[in-house]
Amino acid sequence: MALLPLADAIAAHVSDGQSVALEGFTHLIPFAAGHEIIRQQRRRLHLIRMTPDLIYDQMIGMGCAASLTFSWGGNPGVGSLHRLRDAVEQHWPQPLQLHEFTHAEMAIAYQAGASGLPCGLMRHYAATDLERVAGASVRVISCPFTQAALAAIPAINPDVTILHAQQIDATGNVLIRGIVGAAKEAAMAARCLLVTVEEQVEKLAADVNALVLPSWVVTAASIVPGGAYPSYAHGYYARDNGFYRAWDEIARERDGFSRWMRRHVLAVPDHAAQLRSLGVAA
Amino acid sequence: MSEADYSRDEMMTVAAARQLRNGAVCFVGIGLPSAACNLARMLHAPDLVLIYESGTVGTRPVTLPLSIGDGELAETATCVVPLPEVFAHYLQGGRIDVGFLGAAQIDRFGNLNSTVIGDYARPSVRLPGGGGAPEILTHAREVLIVMKQSLRSFVPRLEFRTSCGYLQGAGARRASGAPGLGPRAVVTDFGVLRPHPQTEELQLTALYPGVTVEAVRAVSGWPLKVADALEFLPAPQVAELAILRDLHARTQTAHAGPVHIRI
Repeated sequence: MALLPLADAIAAHVSDGQSVALEGFTHLIPFAAGHEIIRQQRRRLHLIRMTPDLIYDQMIGMGCAASLTFSWGGNPGVGSLHRLRDAVEQHWPQPLQLHEFTHAEMAIAYQAGASGLPCGLMRHYAATDLERVAGASVRVISCPFTQAALAAIPAINPDVTILHAQQIDATGNVLIRGIVGAAKEAAMAARCLLVTVEEQVEKLAADVNALVLPSWVVTAASIVPGGAYPSYAHGYYARDNGFYRAWDEIARERDGFSRWMRRHVLAVPDHAAQLRSLGVAA
Repeated sequence: MSEADYSRDEMMTVAAARQLRNGAVCFVGIGLPSAACNLARMLHAPDLVLIYESGTVGTRPVTLPLSIGDGELAETATCVVPLPEVFAHYLQGGRIDVGFLGAAQIDRFGNLNSTVIGDYARPSVRLPGGGGAPEILTHAREVLIVMKQSLRSFVPRLEFRTSCGYLQGAGARRASGAPGLGPRAVVTDFGVLRPHPQTEELQLTALYPGVTVEAVRAVSGWPLKVADALEFLPAPQVAELAILRDLHARTQTAHAGPVHIRI
């Protein structure tokens, strides 16, 4: 594990054309890392995330992505991700190839990837249209023991997984608390794991069964307080539901979106400056 | 507050909440389902077990979450499990009594579309997608659906089948081997639809006060059949409305609060 400034970690470990998973299910979404990727103008990325959320809406709208693997692409409780829709419906700023799953399938795919398996299995019943679209990758196989129909979901192994977490200790072990989504599976499935954390502590506030990623599975870590904003970090700050609502209007039109991104992402040196520009941090 | 003083939306949420029995284990979708489930928990079903796909099991939020993974869901949960577990152990493992969903479009056999309007490759409207719904509709012992009724949402043919209800009806779902019974009720802003016991086509089984059969047919994309024994549902009670409005007011205040981060 190397402790690096975020800009250096992204520069060293994320390159054009890679498959990149910024995970965190509603909670602990690594916004600061995503914004650094935008600032460093990475291109042709294959973005992977169960719920693209605002962070991929921003990365897609800023031209970072060529394809997207996902299972639910909305603004939770609000409505559409307008930049994701514009890319799919109008190919702006460029076409976006979709690899679409359900949540259960994608969770299994990460788990298979983390376990060194080529695919994961689920019970299979009636086919949905999702299994019939061009590029669909779920296959139906027969159980060798019971002959039951099973859905085989190909493993997901991102080149890079990026997580946000609460704490890192003096030796580089990382603690994640609260809603964990498929963070652990996405982390263990990746060839390279980058982590941003709220703070460094001497000893983690972790029970024996806590979700701790040992330092030697972490490629690089960066200390970025507020790094999940406008998502949240359980125990540190709440989800900014007001901002998620406001994003609907900010991202609706291309011009307004581009203006906002220039002002709050491209024109600021780092995440702390962004939080100050938004009035969230003093 | 006079008895007639309520909106169609409030009637729909109250009617949906009344469908839930105390003690049931319920897998909850965000939005209207979440409002109805929490209302039920605050009214007649204090022991309703709510599970959200974010892995929050047995959660008892005081305000409604905006997202499926708001912090309050974790803080008030019995336990928070990883997402692969909530789908594998709780849902596919057969531990869910009731799934509670919304959708963009539904057909006469309770199949749902939440993926696209138009061609998949170049859609006129790209919707969010399946999320947890396809497996919830497959595995939950029974499913309740709550959605506003219109010609755009209650369609003769789905443009995309995201989640399987009764397929083509008349036993097709059972023959497919799906473990759950499928959508047992569709609660709309006009009344309640339920599958016919043999054909499994959704038919109107209950109406809200002041709503006519003609009015419901006018917003149905297929020739809607009416059950022999049509039920007329009572208006929301004063207590139901008071708790629902209180819940929405608390939620609005909570979501408007500014976030401050120490850096």
